[in-house]
Amino acid sequence: MSEVRQVIIDPLVDNNPITLQMLGICSALAVTTSLLPALLMCVALTSVAALAGAAISALRHRIPNNIRIIVHMTIIASLVILVDQLLKAYAFETSKQLSVFVGLIITNCIVLGRAEAFAMHNGIGMSFLDGLGNGLGYSVILIAVATLRELFGAGTLLGYPVLETVANGGWYEANGLMLLPPSAFFIIGLLIWGIRTWRKQQVEKPEYQIHEVHRTEVY
Amino acid sequence: MPDKKDFDRDSISNTLIVAIGLSLVCSVIVSSAAIVLKPVQEKNEEQFRQQIILDVAGLMEPGADTADLFAAIEPRMVELASGDYTDVVDPNTFDALAAASDPELGMSIPKDLDIASIGQRAKYAPVYLVRDGDTIEQLILPVYGKGLWSTMLGYLSLAPDGTTIKGLRFYAHAETPGLGDQIDKEPWRAQWAGKQVFGDGDEPQIRVIKGTVPANAPDADYMIDGLSGATLTANGVTGLVQYWTGPHGFGPYLKNYREGSQ
Repeated sequence: MSEVRQVIIDPLVDNNPITLQMLGICSALAVTTSLLPALLMCVALTSVAALAGAAISALRHRIPNNIRIIVHMTIIASLVILVDQLLKAYAFETSKQLSVFVGLIITNCIVLGRAEAFAMHNGIGMSFLDGLGNGLGYSVILIAVATLRELFGAGTLLGYPVLETVANGGWYEANGLMLLPPSAFFIIGLLIWGIRTWRKQQVEKPEYQIHEVHRTEVY
Repeated sequence: MPDKKDFDRDSISNTLIVAIGLSLVCSVIVSSAAIVLKPVQEKNEEQFRQQIILDVAGLMEPGADTADLFAAIEPRMVELASGDYTDVVDPNTFDALAAASDPELGMSIPKDLDIASIGQRAKYAPVYLVRDGDTIEQLILPVYGKGLWSTMLGYLSLAPDGTTIKGLRFYAHAETPGLGDQIDKEPWRAQWAGKQVFGDGDEPQIRVIKGTVPANAPDADYMIDGLSGATLTANGVTGLVQYWTGPHGFGPYLKNYREGSQ
């Protein structure tokens, strides 16, 4: 039981795919201008990660080593196309906003990374939960970033006005920078800073340190 | 889980079995999903197309039912060569792209006239008339042509004088996100309103230029700002607008219109 908890809870903060493993940043920048597409992207990625984990784990004793990456990609790509088709059928408007980014889940390092690192060595149930956990870890960051960007960039949440903007006769001067990609970089950077101040063990050791030479060592 | 020690998963036979088996299973899953979901997706696309027509006409109301609003627009078929209305085909079920390659309904476009790079087109095309009582307020023409990567499909709305543009919107394209896809984004799209298609003659003069339109240019009414980083997409837009408003497209129909015969 504790193992199950660990697999699901760990990726939320302690081993978060975005803020610690630095994976999946591209889509985190692109789909977070407003909350609704970000939520849909979270659902899409989480379901692909969980199902791909389960499918790859089920086949793990049969997958030949030399074509394993191609096998992973085939399974992930099929799931992504499935999700994309479902979105086009049942969430048409939002799927237009997501445009290419659902398709790009195929190349999202979180999914392939978990397939390679976890699903190839663990049982079906655990691999499913691991995909779910990592998808949720990605979702937590995406939702946080999208909430901040939509709230301060457009004064709305899920399209409903929260801060009345000046353009609509209110008091809030919308910050246009929040709707541009760089703001996602800033917000994710600040989040990483915040998390690492809270959880000191995530701070990496510096890879390089200037060695102070004492004058007696010079010769 | 017991490990299958005697099973060699790296053997050539197993590699082939896994590769072929997986491809088969995945392709069956993907293609059956595509087929099962197709009707729902097509309905969405159709509704979206109607929304774009309403939007280019400025009739879109948030929250209102698309089909109800669309009922106010009158679709008619036009025979392009003569520019007259016709009832040979039903505008509601007409599919311009399918008809273009149909031996009965389609025709190929001579190379030197094919500025929209579409190769062939239907002999008929729908127009959407926005009426206020008996007077026509807007003519909405379907336009399409090749951009850099894709066929761009959209609607051009004209005032009843047959030359003043009310708007241009695309409902399907696959141009570069962030560069070419600006053709469907607000700041660029907004420029089209109020521009003129025709000068003195019957040849359309409207075009997307390189850079920004100089404010004091004498023919600023016929020019649209270019899209930096998306010259080929912009050229495609020029081509398709000029083709469809030109003598081989809706030219005869618009000419009739300007001369007040319909």
